[in-house]
This record gives sequence, C-alpha cells and structure tokens, in this order.
Amino acid sequence: MNTRARWGKRATFIAGITIAFAYAFPFFLVFVNSLKLKYDILENPLALPIQITWENFQQAYTKMNFFRSLTNSIIITVFSVLLLIITSSMLAYYLARTKTKLSKYIFLVLVASMIVPFQALMIPFMARFAQFVSWNNRGALIFFYIGFGVALSTFLYHGFISNIPTEIDEAASIDGASDLVAFWKIIFPMMRPITATVAIINALWIWNDFLLPRLVLTNETQTLPLSTYLFYGQYSIEYGQAMAGLVLAVIPIVIFYLVLQKQFIAGISQGAVK
Amino acid sequence: MQFAGIPLAIFSIVLVVPFVNGVYYTFTDWDGFETTKLVGFSNYAESFQDPTFWSTLRFTALFVVVSLILVNVVAFGLALIVTSKLRSRNFLRTFFFVPNLVGGVVLGVIWQFIFNSALVALANKYNWEIFKQSWLQDTNKAFWALIIVTVWQSSGYMMIVYITGLISIENDVLEASQIDGASPARTLFTIKIPLMAQAFTIALFLTLRSGFMAYDVNVALTGGGPFRTTELISLHIFQDAFANGNFGTGQSKAVVMFLIVALAALVQVSVSKRYEVQR
Repeated sequence: MNTRARWGKRATFIAGITIAFAYAFPFFLVFVNSLKLKYDILENPLALPIQITWENFQQAYTKMNFFRSLTNSIIITVFSVLLLIITSSMLAYYLARTKTKLSKYIFLVLVASMIVPFQALMIPFMARFAQFVSWNNRGALIFFYIGFGVALSTFLYHGFISNIPTEIDEAASIDGASDLVAFWKIIFPMMRPITATVAIINALWIWNDFLLPRLVLTNETQTLPLSTYLFYGQYSIEYGQAMAGLVLAVIPIVIFYLVLQKQFIAGISQGAVK
Repeated sequence: MQFAGIPLAIFSIVLVVPFVNGVYYTFTDWDGFETTKLVGFSNYAESFQDPTFWSTLRFTALFVVVSLILVNVVAFGLALIVTSKLRSRNFLRTFFFVPNLVGGVVLGVIWQFIFNSALVALANKYNWEIFKQSWLQDTNKAFWALIIVTVWQSSGYMMIVYITGLISIENDVLEASQIDGASPARTLFTIKIPLMAQAFTIALFLTLRSGFMAYDVNVALTGGGPFRTTELISLHIFQDAFANGNFGTGQSKAVVMFLIVALAALVQVSVSKRYEVQR
C-alpha cells in the first residue's frame, strides 16, 4: 500500500471513530446521569457519578409501570407482525399468481396507498372508530396495524414471489396438494429471507410507533414509547428518574438489535432494494 | 381468492374507507360527529385564510429540504466509511445504526434534556455564550435542533440503503477504473454514484416522505413551541383537530398535506429515475 492510501485510511478511521463517538454520546450522557443524584446532574452533566445510586431506576420502574408497558409493547408487536406475515404473504401469493385485471388493480391500489400519510386518515379514522375501540384496545390496535402495514409487506412479498418459478406450484398441485397446503408447505418456507425483512421492518415501526397508540390506547394498555413520554412529561424535573426512565425505554430494543444484528442489517437492505 | 379476502377487507376498513370518507367530509359541515349539508370548498378557503397554516407550511417545507439534504449527505458519508477497507467497519456500522432503533419520542426527550438542561448547565459553568439560553426557546435555533436530531436519527437507516447500493457495484468495473488511473474521488463521482443511482432514488423518497410526516421528534423535542412557531404540518393538523376541535379545517389541511406529499414524491421519483443507469 502506498503512503497516500495509508493516510487516506487513517483519516477515514479517525472520522469514523469521531462520528461513532458523537452518535453514541447522547445515550452515554443519559446513562451516566441516570446513576447520579439530582444535585450532581445539574452541577456537571458530563462528569461521572461521584456516588452511584440505583434509586432512580427503582422509582422510574414503578412510576412508569415499566413491566406493564413492556408486556403491552411485546404483545402488540408480536401479534401484529405475525398476523401481517400471514395475511400479506397470502395476499401477495394470490396477486402474483393470478394474472387478471382485478389483481393488477388491487396491486396498484396497494402501492399507491403507501404514499398516503397517516395524518390524512387520522381524523375520520378516529371519528369512525372512537365508539368501539374502547372495549378491546390491544386487539383493535393490532387490527389497525394489519390494515396500515399490509400494503408494504405485500409489496415486498410480491417482488419475491414473482421470482419463484410457477413450475413449483404446478408440481405440488399434480401431487394432489391443495392451494393452501402448497403455499404453506412449499412456497412459504422458500420465502424465509423476505419474511425476515417483513418482520424486522414492521417490528421496528410498530415497536416505536407513537401517534396511533396515543390516539387509541388508555392507561392499562399503554406501550413503552407512550408511557416513557408521559412519564418524562410528569417527572422531567426529577432529572435522575427521567434519565433512568429513558434508559429503561431504550434497553430492550438495543439488546434485541445486538443479538440479531446481522438479520437487522440484511433485512433492511433487502427491503431497500425492492 | 380465499387468499386475499381477509387482508383486503382489513385494508379497506382501516385505510380505504377513512380516506374516502375523509375527502368527502372536507366538502361538508362535518363537526366530528355528523354532517348536515354540503358546503363546497369553504373548509379549504378557511384553511388557507389561517395565517398559522401558511407559516406551518413554510416551516415544514424548509424542514423537509434541509433535512433531506443533510440526512442523505451524512448517510452517504457514513456508507463510504463503513464500506472502506477499515477493520473496524462492522463495529462502526453498529454504532451508526443505533439511534434508528429508538423511537422518535424517546430520542426527542433525550435531546430535550441535552438542550434544555445539560448544555445550559455546561454553558453556565464554562461560560459558553451560544448555549446559555436553551436552543428550544428560540425559533431559529429550535429549527436546527430539530434538524440535528433528525439527521442523527435517520442517517443510520439511509446508510444501509447506500451500503446496499455501493456493494452492488461489480468489482471488475472498479478495478478497470483503478487500472486506468482514476483517483478515488473521480471513481466516486463518475463510476460509483451513477451506478448506484437507484439507491439515491429510494433514500431520497424515504427521507422526503418521513420529512413531511415527522411528528414524534417534533412533539417530544419542541412540542411546537415557542408559541407554535416550530409546528410541522403533522403536529399542526393534530392540534387543529384534536386540541381545538376544528375537524373540518383539520381534515382539509390533511388532504392538502396528502396532495403535497404525493406531488413531491412523484416529481422526485420521476426526476431521480432519469439518472438511473440501465445495466
């Protein structure tokens, strides 16, 4: 390697490390301050804690009902994602394999719908559903997520199914398999990579969504972003507790990411090419 | 057809019906509960007479343009760093992506603490003029605060889109340019960027859309303040309808927003498509 290339590499490395540090810094700041006493935070937010206290975490954990919100978030995300995978893979299979005018129009409407911002639907949506969302909050929310997520998921599956040769379907039907069996036993297992993409993209969106849960959910069914926001609003003067609440809100998804990092990156880049 | 029935029914109930309904409502005297008569375009006329709606539109346009440019420049830079021959590239990629995992609301309040408390406390201690007053209390600085948080949040995701584009370029093309003696900068601008134009189309579309729809960071960071001067269109519609009870104008503004987003996206995609090279 010549000297110029080596210097270029060194410069890239320094730039990379500096930016990585800057990107991580806000999280570091929140974590450090969550361990401090209130007075120490205002004295110098950058300093390491003189005296470590876990009191903040105990307080935040109970006050924001951490366990309940976490469970709600998990239930809503898992069920929405599972149902989205089932419904949209089947819809995509139907649309990709049926070459009629109708299926073409349905596909076009789905694609066009992806450009509609949620805000354009929000008001009539609330007026219409306000009467009956109260009896089963989480169920209703999952139902809404299927409606809002089905277009993009179907689109991703559609692109993938189009590349699976129809001979496979034909072979299955000659062997006497019904459409449903052929789909679940043969086609669906072949789509594992795109299923991972659909799962990750939707899980990230639903886990972090704020506006829809804010409109639909009440106290007992609040998700993590919602309870974090409300908790912060109430206790932002108690800096230590507020910071501990933020740490608690961030930890689950970051752990999930560090465990499944490869799948995350592969999933998103798969989704981006389509 | 057994495959399509249920998802299409849910899609129609959740998305199509409210959309059609919503457009219809804007031409009536709807008050959130019932409609008695058609009123033509008067809801739209009233929306456009609202001076705060105009200032919101201006603020949103500025936000979309500035965030679109900065997010993509930064994301592309990150993608270049991460696809270089550094041994630490996977480690760096992990860091760059992390802000993207966390929802806008949580990120918003994290930065609210930074701007309102941490920086102010430090400024008073070390006498930094620029941070003595919280950035969130000044409209212009609050705008840049919104931009900083948005770039920090979205650049990791767009970085992945650009990485996908960069690694899709065949190695023999790059080797050929190296043998011909092209400098790294020349290779970047005349070979890499044209060959990965599709990644730009996608990243620009995604940032355009998310710029117009930004809500979470706005609510959590500035809450629209000071004095509703940093309200992006989303928050403005939310306030109009749910805080002030103006369902008619709120919904008309939402339809206007939809038209702007659709038009902007169509123009952007058709312009970027022209730069894509057929391989």
